[in-house]
Amino acid sequence: MTKPILTVKNLAKKYGENIIFKNISLTVNEGDTIVIIGPSGTGKSTLLRCINLLTCPDEGQIWLDDKEITAKGCNEDAVRQHIGMVFQNFLLFNHLTAIENVKLGLTKVKHMNPAEAQIKAMNELERVGLADRANHYPGQLSGGQQQRVAIARALAMDPRIMLFDEPTSALDPELIGEVLEVMRKLALEGMTMLVVTHEMGFAREVADRIVFLEKGSIVEEGTPDELFYKPKFERTREFLWKITELYGKKETEKK
Amino acid sequence: MSEWLAFFQRYLPDFIQGAGVTLELTAIGLGLGFVLGLALALAKLYAPKWLRYLAIGYIELFRGTPLLVQLFLIYYGLPSLGVTLSQSMSAFLALGLNSAAYQAEYFRGAIQSIGASQMTAGRAIGLSRWKTIRYIILPQALRLVIPAWANEPISLLKTTAVVFLIAVQDLMAEGKRAATATYDPIGSYLAIAVIYLIMVFVLNEVLKYLERKTRIPGFEMETKKA
Amino acid sequence: MDVGKFFQYIASGTAYTVAVTFIALPFGLIVGLLFSLLHVYGGKFSSRIMSLYSTIMRGIPPIVLLFILYFIVSGSINLSPFWAGSISLGIVSSAYQMEIIRGAILSVSSGQMMAARAIGMNKLQAIQNVILPQTLRLAIPPWSNEAAIVIKDSSLVYALGVPEILRRAQLISASTQEPFLAFTTAALIYFALVFLTNRLLDLLERKLRIPANP
Repeated sequence: MTKPILTVKNLAKKYGENIIFKNISLTVNEGDTIVIIGPSGTGKSTLLRCINLLTCPDEGQIWLDDKEITAKGCNEDAVRQHIGMVFQNFLLFNHLTAIENVKLGLTKVKHMNPAEAQIKAMNELERVGLADRANHYPGQLSGGQQQRVAIARALAMDPRIMLFDEPTSALDPELIGEVLEVMRKLALEGMTMLVVTHEMGFAREVADRIVFLEKGSIVEEGTPDELFYKPKFERTREFLWKITELYGKKETEKK
Repeated sequence: MSEWLAFFQRYLPDFIQGAGVTLELTAIGLGLGFVLGLALALAKLYAPKWLRYLAIGYIELFRGTPLLVQLFLIYYGLPSLGVTLSQSMSAFLALGLNSAAYQAEYFRGAIQSIGASQMTAGRAIGLSRWKTIRYIILPQALRLVIPAWANEPISLLKTTAVVFLIAVQDLMAEGKRAATATYDPIGSYLAIAVIYLIMVFVLNEVLKYLERKTRIPGFEMETKKA
Repeated sequence: MDVGKFFQYIASGTAYTVAVTFIALPFGLIVGLLFSLLHVYGGKFSSRIMSLYSTIMRGIPPIVLLFILYFIVSGSINLSPFWAGSISLGIVSSAYQMEIIRGAILSVSSGQMMAARAIGMNKLQAIQNVILPQTLRLAIPPWSNEAAIVIKDSSLVYALGVPEILRRAQLISASTQEPFLAFTTAALIYFALVFLTNRLLDLLERKLRIPANP
């Protein structure tokens, strides 16, 4: 079944004179896991933030399912209920416990009744393996645990697609594994995911397609095998193998 | 419009004179407060127990009671103990003693953030405690404190306005005089409000300049301004 | 001289002092909260106006503002010195409280707003459910300071003739010729009020503190 959940066409964004990215087009089909890689500062985060309309793109269009979300008059808040976002810095609500973090969207945005919200929230926490930490505050959780709660929080909204913005970059090395494991599970369950990451092991194992973004443009796009073993551009090969040296080895060593 | 001009023509000289007194009060209060405040901060941090408690008590009392009460205590209360001070003297003293308590806290904060490691370093090269404080800690602390301390001159300038209640002829007193003479309290007090605003603005610019001039990049306190 | 009556006379002014504070402080809080939200979230124009308000209200000595507002207010409506004074102090305090709350809002990381929007909240929901709960906790220590300042500034309504602590101390010092005792008593009562308030707010801060591992 190849139904596109997300379609991006000719997206462009600049800050003043600085072109962050231009001519970005991609399609994410249902159940796909797309991984975006590239050197730091090439606008990958900004791209994700444009997709869930936290930032306004200067040019281009975005469709979620069949609806153009960049159209005038589109209710951005409503759209964001269907796009889940996981941030590099977790951004858990500091004044709420884990379960309250997960529940907040359900009760205040979806207007679910509290009892139902509690049950659903607990389910999501179980899904990420943190049911026993439900009543802990973010300050009482490790980085990996906080990020997993953040994933549960996003999942609770039953999004059409999950966006991950370098979800493990702010984590200590020992904690990266637990988050990647949750993401791997999600992908296997059929969640549609768009992931920005440096974790090459994850990209190789889990991605359906990898997009290589550099200097604001898509250099190349293809399956992991294609990009790693038969890249069309030298630059792609350079980048992938250098990063794999730095990160990939760690990944394969672990399991 | 013409009555405003007439008003200013008549009263501006008086207001300027009053402003001068206000600035004088601020300067002297600030100076007195600086010396005493520094002493209090050092006492609070480094003195033997009894002196430390005295300093703490002083600071708590002067920060925990209104300036106006302190002023009345000095001007009306001291004479019954045999010490009679003029209005100006009472005002200078009250403002100085009051400001000292607030300045002490600024200095204490800055000294503490330089604190223990510098003291260790100083003692390690053979300097006595006092010498370390004098030559190593204070020079750094006094630079570090400037951004936070800059709140005090402005605060003090505004605080001086109450001394007209013991008949010190500051800007507020001139405003009151104009108000009674012209039967236009709103106009008069608005006029001096504007003059206070101007003084605060200028003082603020001067302090910002001072801050800029003395800033050492990377050498800043983590605390927020009051 | 009856020491008991002496103390009682001055202490009865406490009711006025407390009343003035209980009007000025909440007034300042509501206006300050509103203005700070307008400043941070209201757009460029609102922001500039709020800045101006803050600069003016904090650049003039409270007693000058007190007199101006008292004369304006008593000119148009027939308000007693007590009410005119209390509301004037409230207006002054609102500017300082606005800055305190604004500082606290800005300390709550902008990421919190982003995370709230990301789960579909609009700005208002985000402010209400995510930003403000954190802001108000952060604001308690500087607010405790402001509360102490309002208690002390309430002594300014002395100049309007309100029979609060200082005014009573002055009256009784004139009649008993014991100024030092009178004003010392007044000072001690103020001190007790400030001390109590600070301790209570400390307790509140501790109670609301969000648990975290050291």
